[in-house]
Amino acid sequence: MSARAQANRFAIQATKLVREFNGVTAVDGVDLEINEGEIYGFLGPNGAGKTTTVRMLCTLLAPTGGHAIVAGYDVVDNPGAVRLRIGVALQEASLDPKQTGEELLRLQGRLYGLSKSVARTRAAELADLIDLGDALHRPISTYSGGMKRRLDLAAALVHNPGLLFLDEPTTGLDPVSRAAVWQEVSRLNREFGVTIFLTTQYLEEADALADRVGIIDAGQIVAEGTPTELKRSIGTDVIIVRVDGDAAIARPAVERVPGVIQVEARRHELVISTTDGPATVSGVAVALSSSGTTVRDLTLRTPTLDDVFLELTGNRFQHDDDQEAAK
Amino acid sequence: MTTIDFTPDAAPARRTTVPEPRPAGFIADTVTIAGRALRGVPRDLEAVTPPIFIALFFFLVNIATLQRLTENQIAGFDFKAFQLPTAILLGVTGVSRAPALVLDVQNGYFDRLLLTPVRRLAILLGHMTADITVASALIIPITIVGFIIGIRFEAGPLGVLAFIALGALWSLAFSGFGYAIALKTGNPAAVNSSFLLFFPFLFLTSSYVPRDQLSGWLGVVAAWNPVTYLLEGLRSLVVDGWQWQALGKALLAIAVVATVSMTLCFGALRGRVRRS
Repeated sequence: MSARAQANRFAIQATKLVREFNGVTAVDGVDLEINEGEIYGFLGPNGAGKTTTVRMLCTLLAPTGGHAIVAGYDVVDNPGAVRLRIGVALQEASLDPKQTGEELLRLQGRLYGLSKSVARTRAAELADLIDLGDALHRPISTYSGGMKRRLDLAAALVHNPGLLFLDEPTTGLDPVSRAAVWQEVSRLNREFGVTIFLTTQYLEEADALADRVGIIDAGQIVAEGTPTELKRSIGTDVIIVRVDGDAAIARPAVERVPGVIQVEARRHELVISTTDGPATVSGVAVALSSSGTTVRDLTLRTPTLDDVFLELTGNRFQHDDDQEAAK
Repeated sequence: MTTIDFTPDAAPARRTTVPEPRPAGFIADTVTIAGRALRGVPRDLEAVTPPIFIALFFFLVNIATLQRLTENQIAGFDFKAFQLPTAILLGVTGVSRAPALVLDVQNGYFDRLLLTPVRRLAILLGHMTADITVASALIIPITIVGFIIGIRFEAGPLGVLAFIALGALWSLAFSGFGYAIALKTGNPAAVNSSFLLFFPFLFLTSSYVPRDQLSGWLGVVAAWNPVTYLLEGLRSLVVDGWQWQALGKALLAIAVVATVSMTLCFGALRGRVRRS
């Protein structure tokens, strides 16, 4: 089978993709194979390399190593063909605040070769899809963050692309607006079969939307699979224990408890992976008590993608909103 | 942690009838971008109102201040006709959509354009097409004020059109510097500072008195300043009629400035859209 025919089975196929900036490697050998019709969640903390990867895949940035086939075309050799077939909503809603929403959509349509009448019809069709109502005729500067995001999404869809890149589409949005964007993303995939490459720093977003998730950290993909697979990879249940003092001291006692698969100690917190949480939790409590550790809080829950991230990188996942709150 | 209530809805499949996307073509791209830039002008009146106010203000104040003095000193000198080209250049030099373009770079809209099949050159030429339209529109009211205060064109109605065209071409040539700074820096403050170029071009020349009245170093500098020849070409249409040599020098002066500014701005465009 030819490379091109092979690539056509995938909406995106990247091999050893690298991007360096003045000697700093932002993306370090990323491999991707994303099927047509799939929602792929690209998850990573701020600065992990998500946006740089997207900018390479959507032809805004040339890779310094490796290659990528997007929508059947090489991003370096044939960027024009790629641009015709993809829609992109970048991290910050890339909108001209002085245009009205309708003007923006019509202009976008004209640049994709749509006639004036078709561009007008398409703008109306998309306005209906994103439910902007009369706001479509107002300057974009008057829109809320959620409305801008939805308009940005509509602008990416003007030419009816089969592949959509959404770079952190809900960052900074309130929960209601975030749910509205999720609804649209889900609908686009289900109703129109649009392949969606979604970068996010929200674990619950990847969990709710993505068929498969790739976790990127420091420019490298550290795990990939369905959300369920990833969570199962660290055990069926997780016990979180907050203790007085250094959690690492209590770690050996917990590791000996039957049923415990793995223990991560981080400052005052122990993250214990187990195949059977309810059966193990009492043993953990006894072991900690016997070792003289004072337990402040003990929680049993199913694993989250955050636990997966902790397992893989040794760090808790932290996104911009958390960092803002911490200030 | 915030919990989001999310259940994918189960609406029926929808259909759309969008034709296959294709590149619109260079001319269509340029027209589309120019249309957007022109729609932006009434929303950005602060970009065009001060230049026209300044031009008219100095036009009328200079005439009131210097007309009697200069006309008494120089036999047969018509200061009002002499000042009209100066006012035009004050009004149109530096007027461009470069500040709007730099905002596009800043707010990411420029990237959105780059993600479409639009020809990269059409982004710049579309803005410049709008600029030449705006410059022509700004010249008209200043010229009308000239008519109102009694200025007549020796070159006739066609001369008025040539006068507007020369002024607009100069505006376009000068705008290249603003676009170069906008695309190179992506910084609105840097674009605004490009007006500093305006001073040597417009004041180290025969703005207020004929070149032969300039003394010492200023006469030497004015002889090297392309604006001197542009002003003389414009004045020839008002005062003398069709003086082909003066007009040829004016066009050459515009071409020299345009060569420098456009080289800079197209170089900056290449740098901005380069993907490496």
